[in-house]
Amino acid sequence: MCNLKARFIILSLIFFSITFNQVKSEEKTKLLKVDWSFKGITGKFDRSSLQRGYQVYTEVCASCHSMNLVSYRNLGEPGGPEFSVDQVKAIAANFEVEDGPNADGDMFTRPGRPSDKFVSPYPNVQAATAANGGAYPPDMSVLVKARKGGSDYIYSVLMGYEDPPAGFELEDGVYYNKYMDGKKIKMSNPLSEGIVTYSDGTDATEAQMAKDVTTFLTWTAEPHLETRHKMGVKVLIFLTIFSLLVYLSMKRIWSRIDSEK
Amino acid sequence: MDKPEKKGNRRDFIFTASYTVGAIGIGATIWPLIDQMNPDSSVKALASTEVDISQIEPGKSVTVLWRGKPVFIKRRTQEEIAEAQSVSLDDLPHPEKDQDRVKNPEWLVMLGICTHLGCVPLSDKGEYNGWFCPCHGSHYDTSGRIRKGPAPTNMEIPKYAFVDDNTIKIG
Amino acid sequence: MSENYVPSSKFGKWFNDRLPLLTLSKHLTDYPTPKNLNYWWTFGGILTFCLISQIITGIVLGMHYVAHADMAFNSIEHIMRDVNYGWLIRYIHSNGASMFFLAVYIHIFRSLFYGSYRSPREIIWILGMLIYLLMMATAFMGYVLPWGQMSFWGATVITNLFSAIPLVGESIVTWLWGGYSVDNPTLTRFFSLHYLFPFLILGLVVLHIWALHVPGNNNPIGIDIKKPSKDTVPFHPYITIKDLFALLIFMIIFSGFIFFAPNILGHSDNYIEANPLVTPKHIVPEWYLLPFYAILRAVPDKLGGVVLMLGSIFILMALPWLDSSKVRSTVFRPLYKKFFWLLVIDVLALGYVGAMPAEGLYLLIARVGTIYYFAHFLIVLPVLSRIEKTEPVPLSISEPVLGGMLKPEMARSDRKDV
Repeated sequence: MCNLKARFIILSLIFFSITFNQVKSEEKTKLLKVDWSFKGITGKFDRSSLQRGYQVYTEVCASCHSMNLVSYRNLGEPGGPEFSVDQVKAIAANFEVEDGPNADGDMFTRPGRPSDKFVSPYPNVQAATAANGGAYPPDMSVLVKARKGGSDYIYSVLMGYEDPPAGFELEDGVYYNKYMDGKKIKMSNPLSEGIVTYSDGTDATEAQMAKDVTTFLTWTAEPHLETRHKMGVKVLIFLTIFSLLVYLSMKRIWSRIDSEK
Repeated sequence: MDKPEKKGNRRDFIFTASYTVGAIGIGATIWPLIDQMNPDSSVKALASTEVDISQIEPGKSVTVLWRGKPVFIKRRTQEEIAEAQSVSLDDLPHPEKDQDRVKNPEWLVMLGICTHLGCVPLSDKGEYNGWFCPCHGSHYDTSGRIRKGPAPTNMEIPKYAFVDDNTIKIG
Repeated sequence: MSENYVPSSKFGKWFNDRLPLLTLSKHLTDYPTPKNLNYWWTFGGILTFCLISQIITGIVLGMHYVAHADMAFNSIEHIMRDVNYGWLIRYIHSNGASMFFLAVYIHIFRSLFYGSYRSPREIIWILGMLIYLLMMATAFMGYVLPWGQMSFWGATVITNLFSAIPLVGESIVTWLWGGYSVDNPTLTRFFSLHYLFPFLILGLVVLHIWALHVPGNNNPIGIDIKKPSKDTVPFHPYITIKDLFALLIFMIIFSGFIFFAPNILGHSDNYIEANPLVTPKHIVPEWYLLPFYAILRAVPDKLGGVVLMLGSIFILMALPWLDSSKVRSTVFRPLYKKFFWLLVIDVLALGYVGAMPAEGLYLLIARVGTIYYFAHFLIVLPVLSRIEKTEPVPLSISEPVLGGMLKPEMARSDRKDV
């Protein structure tokens, strides 16, 4: 049976290497690797990075990219940027939200409330596409999960703008980015040093902003990541203890048969 | 079988521990399956509704939807206020002063749900000029208090506040 | 024996005379099981757990999911973000599908290795294959429900397989879709059937277990044993505790996926809402369907690919009649054992190339793999089972006396002198 077990282990290794290869094989240019605080089984978000990332998102990305699935209230929930209740109310109130119809049947705008979803920059996909030269700026709510390579990929694209190599043809309104498919992207480099002024005094370098906004986008894609990690550790500890107890029980029960021999 | 007592004890301990830990595990697994049916965070976030009351004439009422339930906002006439305030507490199945049920005597804000089995009472009906529930015949007075019929308690007053003279915020 | 079981309490007897549930429960606890079952045999219990876990989490998800093309994607995200523990329940369900298939593949290969499909267990095997087919249908339709890009294009590609049928193909596809493309009517009918099929599976599982309890379990040596005897143990507590232990180890791996890599087995494109105007670069089915996908693409002809793909599953149903070896267990078939592992590697390789673009070396591997897959069942197995010189088989489990070169009649009879 030992032989079988060894084979099983080898086979499962093959199985997993296939699964992982599947993920890796299509990355053409090696992505930049960042030592994210949310990686690993006890990974957590860096609270201040999330708050800065939110600032980058609103001041830079939000003029084109919507975030339909996230509400202002989420900004104050545990495991996220954890703005205070008053901060969340103030953030929400900064936005004009269309509501209605009122008693007269008209739509009207009012200041946002925490329960509102993030206000989109364009009324619909067609408008967003038309305003951006035919390239729809994707909704950012689950963007990190919707791209192979996840957080590393988003960070790499933000840092991947370069002058095209000699002889590389670029059409109008298309930019060179070494991490994109075909090395072409229709979004101009969104980040430049000092484009935002961080309220906590952090130096707004390109790398810093790219890291912060990627952290923020990772949170919006997976808002319960911290709860998931915490619960996972507890579940694994529980299962290990329980399986140990069951193993001992099993040995005791089967010893009745073995002693009969 | 030489030392049955000792052997038995240890076995009992492992079995008992296994059963206990297993029961904890099952309990911890069942909770998420139950809790998922509780109001989710988007429902909880829709806590408050603001209502413009500037258009309501004395003696009239409006019904607004708050958390999926009707809320009656009634602008009471002086007679109705006097009637509500003059009732002796001894006559009430669920004694509550009218003053305790309103923030401003002119405005009565309450959940329009009969405390019997949850129907919506009709306004300006019934023997006490207040509300009447057509389902099982409960009569409420001009303060929304139960006077006659099967309902056990007065109609509930939600949390609300006057934002300004013309606006009420419910919730 | 449990058939003559009389409950000790008066009420128990009264009840049992009217509905013999206690007899059934006695039968299940006493059920004589070979005592040499190894851990490969614990996957039956693990699969039962998977099915029940999928049904429970699925019913819960159904309480929050909206089966409408405009709302399905957002309702899934609503579950992931707002519903209490919604993310947990959804990740259990989506990863549960993968774990279910992992377990079922081990279960199937265990049957192949130890000859559990052989007489007198053909019906168990065929029921199992029907369960497997329903599982694939259920998983496929379930994958459509989040209405992401892979959902949409996976549904388009798979339903289009039916268009390969001559004459009526196109009409069948239109009928399946309820329109001229995969759209809202397709989504709602897939939701309905995705909810129904697990209960059909549950029914088949009951029959599968019922059919198992007629001849009893096969065992690693593959010989028939007397039941109950020294070679058997009662199902409870011996097998239940062993199954529980294996299940817990399985759950540790399962939890690793749920809590620390919940999306690794899925495809990132499925977090983009379905868009009928844009096809993703590579359409890949979930990993558990990849070997079949490889077979489909290995054939340069549309109809031929579909026929071979379906054939690769249906050929398994004929297995009990393709194998005529004197011994059941591959343990005593040294030559066949080598081919068995070759088959395992072949299926894994097909799975690997199924995930790769169908070109160059990958296509070549897929073709060779497909040929071996069919050759294994149609040539290697029938021929080897006739000519191979098998090793001596023990006469019983508890007394490993070798019976020399056994005659099949001896191996199959219940020996009373042991």
